[in-house]
Amino acid sequence: MRKRIVITGVGLTSPIGNSLSEHRVNLLEGKSGIKETDVRYMGMLPAGLCDFDEFKHQKKKARRRGTRAGSISIYCANEALIDANIDINSIDKSNIGVFIGSTEHGNVETEEEIYQLHQNNLDTNLWSIHHNPRTVANSPAGEVTLNLGITGPHFCVGSACAGGNMGLIQGVQQILLGEVEAAICGGISESAQTFGIFAAFNSQGALGSHEDPAKACRPLSTDRNGIAISEGGCLFYIETLESALKRGAKIYGEVTGYAYNSDATDFVLPNTERQIECMNKAMNRAAKTNDQIDIISLHATGTSAGDINEMNAVKSVFEGTNVSVNFTKGHIGHCMGAAGSLELAGNLLAFEDGLVHQGINCTQIDPECDFAGLVLGSPKEKNIETILNNSFGMLGINSTVIIEKYKE
Amino acid sequence: MSVDVKKIVLEIIEDVAPDEDLGGLNPAESLRDQLDLDSMDFLDIVMELRKRHKVEVPSEDYPRLATLDSCVEYLSPKFA
Repeated sequence: MRKRIVITGVGLTSPIGNSLSEHRVNLLEGKSGIKETDVRYMGMLPAGLCDFDEFKHQKKKARRRGTRAGSISIYCANEALIDANIDINSIDKSNIGVFIGSTEHGNVETEEEIYQLHQNNLDTNLWSIHHNPRTVANSPAGEVTLNLGITGPHFCVGSACAGGNMGLIQGVQQILLGEVEAAICGGISESAQTFGIFAAFNSQGALGSHEDPAKACRPLSTDRNGIAISEGGCLFYIETLESALKRGAKIYGEVTGYAYNSDATDFVLPNTERQIECMNKAMNRAAKTNDQIDIISLHATGTSAGDINEMNAVKSVFEGTNVSVNFTKGHIGHCMGAAGSLELAGNLLAFEDGLVHQGINCTQIDPECDFAGLVLGSPKEKNIETILNNSFGMLGINSTVIIEKYKE
Repeated sequence: MSVDVKKIVLEIIEDVAPDEDLGGLNPAESLRDQLDLDSMDFLDIVMELRKRHKVEVPSEDYPRLATLDSCVEYLSPKFA
């Protein structure tokens, strides 16, 4: 019989909270964490930053050597373990894996190095000795293993803005393969600490703006004009149901379905057809039909192409059902590699409180995005048994995760 | 004006190893025996000497940085 995998711990930092409960409360209250931020070379721009204590779980030297991405990962990993009531020193550290989805990492430190290079007459003899470990592709996950003394496998899942889902999926697969007994997995992003990503989205005409920075990102709204760039992280502690029951763990939900595929059509533009396939494949794996999904958590970035393509996919698969649909980027902006896991986490407590959190900043629904199940303005009361979480990324990567309320 | 090489070295170590208490450091004892310093930290110290003071320490001379006293003895002529 296939192993059942459950989420028993959540560690997160987002522009609206440094714990799952704080994140959830602020989602339900419709708070935005997007504020004016001074971006190098570009001036004041709306962005979502996190204010967690970097030194709660990490020594100053390790922080100095490492990266912002690693620091976010270490905070989230430790908080996930605490939340799961796991004492890392009392378990077999070779049987835990760390799998982190990321958009990119090491860019914060690399941009600073390049800045310093120019301050020092382009003398490359002054280039940091820490550049390589900071920028290798396994970096943030490796930093977590160093911090926690975990000797099981680790790697990062390079998956653009689908990283949050993809890290979780990788954790599930590694447990199913028997490579590990438990995993710390999800997604992180340091993006809002670099100017490059702001400049790039600005050049693409996809950087959201508004006189009120809290409204910079307005998914599905006719007046939307792009994304709000944010940082953040959300890592889950996942294990087999058997393990969770044996130790009497709190179970947030069971991962019953997942899927991922590729558009193979464009560097940045999404593909409705592939998104439809991805959602259907995840539902097939979870043995669910479209009328058995209670919440769809959209990727919805606040760009016209992204929102319309995804809503066309949702309408194609879910038209005529009673599904509720929400989005999170109005509250927290686009947390890139962390978006998928933070948006899933923000919906997880719906299993307990029976509320579908609302999407905010959509003042006038784009007719092309309109859908009966959209939850806007205020939370909706509803018994929730199944959540479907979409997360898509550049180079045409799509991912869908299905979480069910735990039942025996 | 004479340069306080000991102060310069301590300032760099304080930045490279910010978790360490340098108050009770014995200048004659090995820095690695007293502080949580590894080879990357020593490379960092060498880098900071180069960056902040334009002082070069060739790799064959790294052992001369073993103690605070030996640092002062070795580096003082370079600051002269």
